[in-house]
Amino acid sequence: MQITLKVWRQSDANSPGDFVSYPVDNVTEDMSFFEVIDMLNDELVLRGEEPIAFDHDCREGICGTCGIFIDGRAHGPLQGVTSCQVHMRSFTDGQEIVVEPWRARAFPVIKDLAVDRTAFDRIMASGGYISVNTGSSVDANATPISKHDADEAFDAAACIGCGACVASCKNASAMLFVGAKVSQYALLPQGQPESKERVLNMVATMDDEGFGSCTNTGACESECPKEISLEHIARMNREFIKASLG
Amino acid sequence: MSWFKSFLNSSIGKKTVMATTGLLLCLYLVVHLGGNLLLYAGPDVFNGYVKNLTAFKPLIRVIEVVLVIIFGAHIVNGLRLAIENKKAGGTSYQLNRKNENSTPSSRTMAITGSVLLLFLIVHLATIWYNFQIEHSGGQFFNIITGSDVGLGNMFIAVLYGVAMVLMGFHLKHGFQSAFQTFGIRFNRHGKLIEMVSILFWLIIPAGFLSIVIYFGFMGGAN
Repeated sequence: MQITLKVWRQSDANSPGDFVSYPVDNVTEDMSFFEVIDMLNDELVLRGEEPIAFDHDCREGICGTCGIFIDGRAHGPLQGVTSCQVHMRSFTDGQEIVVEPWRARAFPVIKDLAVDRTAFDRIMASGGYISVNTGSSVDANATPISKHDADEAFDAAACIGCGACVASCKNASAMLFVGAKVSQYALLPQGQPESKERVLNMVATMDDEGFGSCTNTGACESECPKEISLEHIARMNREFIKASLG
Repeated sequence: MSWFKSFLNSSIGKKTVMATTGLLLCLYLVVHLGGNLLLYAGPDVFNGYVKNLTAFKPLIRVIEVVLVIIFGAHIVNGLRLAIENKKAGGTSYQLNRKNENSTPSSRTMAITGSVLLLFLIVHLATIWYNFQIEHSGGQFFNIITGSDVGLGNMFIAVLYGVAMVLMGFHLKHGFQSAFQTFGIRFNRHGKLIEMVSILFWLIIPAGFLSIVIYFGFMGGAN
């Protein structure tokens, strides 16, 4: 296959960026999208040019580090996968693929395709935890939790914080991320003592960081690599309204 | 009251205001359409109905003030959200396949809402205003169906028609979205909410539209 990558290049946070087209030969359909960027980067280095910066780590779809807007979709054309799990068989020979960083005011570009997602860390620091006494581990059956609640909490906890929800939302809203984080504790008894402060603080930090408001378009749910449900946003809304009222 | 102020200024508070006022406006549509459908019963019945309403003038005025507050909150809050959300988005994507992940009606709430605001202003400045200065009491039917400020004016009839189609589009997303905002869109309620939503995005706008078509374009009053 021969493809053309039309990549956003930006040398640092303060420089204006622009698209640069790179034709790439010898691509096979079994290659991952990242292997194609690796191949292109090797070539760029040999030519004495700056390689394309992009976030990636495990390349197994579980760490949440990667996140690129590929061909008009967060994490590319497939559903339920991260950018590292996109393979070239999803594209056609001769195709031009537009490659862009996440676009949101709260996720400023650091360089090329890498964006600063520390806003998520600050949201987590404001309430995405539970306080427990240290010591020997608690008996596993000391706190019974129903199978249904355990499953739902686990579904919420599957969020890897990649930011695709923000990237695909027309309002750059982080509510699916925060909804998942609030839900995973709200569903479990361990999360109850701090539930009120947690939702109030996390939503306040989310708003302060410059994320937009949710208008329920559902784009986040469609593009989430872990298929986190909008129901978690509904639960966060409920928790927030309840906590605000008293 | 500071908790209330900070609630209203939070992202979830703002959407709660949109949802609450939006649903109240939906309820008002039911009452409004009920009255409008009497147009089909002819001038005598319709004029009699409006005259009867004027007997409750003080109550009607109270309802109007409440409606102004609800509309005002919905409009001001909606515009504020649209501006803030635009800012939060930052740079636009060069290629964004939005149709793959969301519906056109959910993405165009600010645009359809703005056209509806224009319609509302025209509607109040023409029909509502003329109803207030109509003293003889016999011409209400005519104001709507035949006069220059009503469906007798082709421009107004077209604006009304377009506005009703856009209202359906607005409510297709808006009605069910309000329940999601309140946090009561569980799987088990989803189907029920979807069914009731058809009443608001399809049947009620179609009812209003039928009046526009029948009296504005088919000469229903003759």
